[in-house]
Amino acid sequence: MSAPESDHSPLLDARDISLERGGKLILDRVSVQIPPAEVAVVIGPNGAGKTSLLRVLLGLWQPTRGQVKRRRGLRIGYMPQRLQIEPVLPLSVRRFLTLRQRAPRAELLAHLERVGVPHLLDKPVQSLSGGEMQRVLLARALLNRPNLLVLDEPAQGVDIVGQGEVFRLIDDIRRETGCGVLMVSHDLHLVMAGADAVICLNQHVCCTGRPEEVSRHPEYQRLFPTADVQGIGIYKHDHNHVHDLHGEVHDLDDNGTGGSHGCGHAHHHGQGRPKR
Amino acid sequence: MIDAWLDDFLVRAVLAGLMVAAVAGPLGAFVVWRRMAYFGDTISHSALLGVALGFLLGTNLNLMVTIVCVAIAVLLVILQRRQELASDTLLGILAHSALSLGIVAVTFIEGLRVDLMAYLFGDILAVGTSDLLAIAIGGGIALLLLVLLWRPLLALTVHEELARVEGVPVLAVRLGLMLLIALVIAAAMQVVGVLLITALMIIPAASARRFASTPEQMALLAGVIGMLAVIAGVWGSFQYDTPTGPTIVVAAMLGFILVHLLPARLLPQFGGR
Repeated sequence: MSAPESDHSPLLDARDISLERGGKLILDRVSVQIPPAEVAVVIGPNGAGKTSLLRVLLGLWQPTRGQVKRRRGLRIGYMPQRLQIEPVLPLSVRRFLTLRQRAPRAELLAHLERVGVPHLLDKPVQSLSGGEMQRVLLARALLNRPNLLVLDEPAQGVDIVGQGEVFRLIDDIRRETGCGVLMVSHDLHLVMAGADAVICLNQHVCCTGRPEEVSRHPEYQRLFPTADVQGIGIYKHDHNHVHDLHGEVHDLDDNGTGGSHGCGHAHHHGQGRPKR
Repeated sequence: MIDAWLDDFLVRAVLAGLMVAAVAGPLGAFVVWRRMAYFGDTISHSALLGVALGFLLGTNLNLMVTIVCVAIAVLLVILQRRQELASDTLLGILAHSALSLGIVAVTFIEGLRVDLMAYLFGDILAVGTSDLLAIAIGGGIALLLLVLLWRPLLALTVHEELARVEGVPVLAVRLGLMLLIALVIAAAMQVVGVLLITALMIIPAASARRFASTPEQMALLAGVIGMLAVIAGVWGSFQYDTPTGPTIVVAAMLGFILVHLLPARLLPQFGGR
């Protein structure tokens, strides 16, 4: 095996990717480069084509036009958005981790330890909570010793405290292993602080750059009008309710009936509810 | 001596049933895991079309059934990809059309009195020595294929995209599974008939779930439970003079009910890894 041309050549290099599915244009001339050892975050509103872009970059879907170049020797560790395993399939975490490649118990334990859940090794996967499953998925992605970690909404179904932990963990792992990270998220505040580059996507690439640059970009502000520009921080979270003049709580997404519930703090936080 | 032994139609029946159940059970585990019960039904219903074609062309029936089943399975996968119709609608259309087409075609064949009931519900007591050989070959190939495909198939079942990113040749493995299902259907047709084949796959697998803590345990136990159902069914049909295929399925169902009525602490649990 010869060494790659240079250490700074991009892990993934996508040029002018267009994707049509069912006659609908989903991606419009998107160009993305993923440099090694950096955290790149794709953000965009729902339906912007984030997951589709990820699928094209992973090679799961063939783009209608354009091409994706992979650096030679690229090993991808992929962490899908969510993973539901039929209860009728008896599968322990250990078996789940070794579905593709066998590995000694000690190695599996070391990886689970790294993501903070060594006690789960012999548990059935169906018994895991959303946050535990995310960690196990991360451990599985790491087993392959990837130089690119691809994560689709890594904090889905994890409570707000857990979300911060998941992102911190990903950041730590990046520092330790030097792998590149490509992450998709629609939750701006949580991911922006840890990102080296942000790609703001809405079918086409609206803007790219460092988090501060993107958050000041007019296109970005048009897409995310409620995003508060100063508040970029790992532990910042979004409220989906407003307090009215009387201090009562209204959910943003209900039609003004929110004041009818008695307890002033019977509200929940945007992404904070576990899925199951 | 074996020849003399094989002269007994009851021995041949039980042997044929055991061989089929030994493959149908483990494969049934995948059918259950991948929610393919209706898919299996559709493919097995189309087997009758294969019988009709086999008679018309004068070729080996088992071979023709396998070919037709694979063809229908591939057609189904292609149609499902287009996603214009919901999957269950598509399966419903294909299952019943294929069955009706098969029955119509079989009755059209001139100068041939085909016992339709034997194909619909099986005729295990009529299994001859050559049938036994065909079942052994088909079942053997299917079992070998299942062992070879086991790991990639399991990876695919857990998460298809993850498997693809990790380098599983998804298309080849899925085609392999289709071929596997077709082979088992061809082998099982004589035992329980095209209408009941899926039962022989999914009922033992569903029963095995309660004992198993690994995928492999569930598959092996499904085979064993299916074999027990065959023995009980053949005995029952002999005892009470009932049609054998349906009696085997009834035996499997009774086992399923029994397994699920028993409290968990009375069930042997296999230590899992």
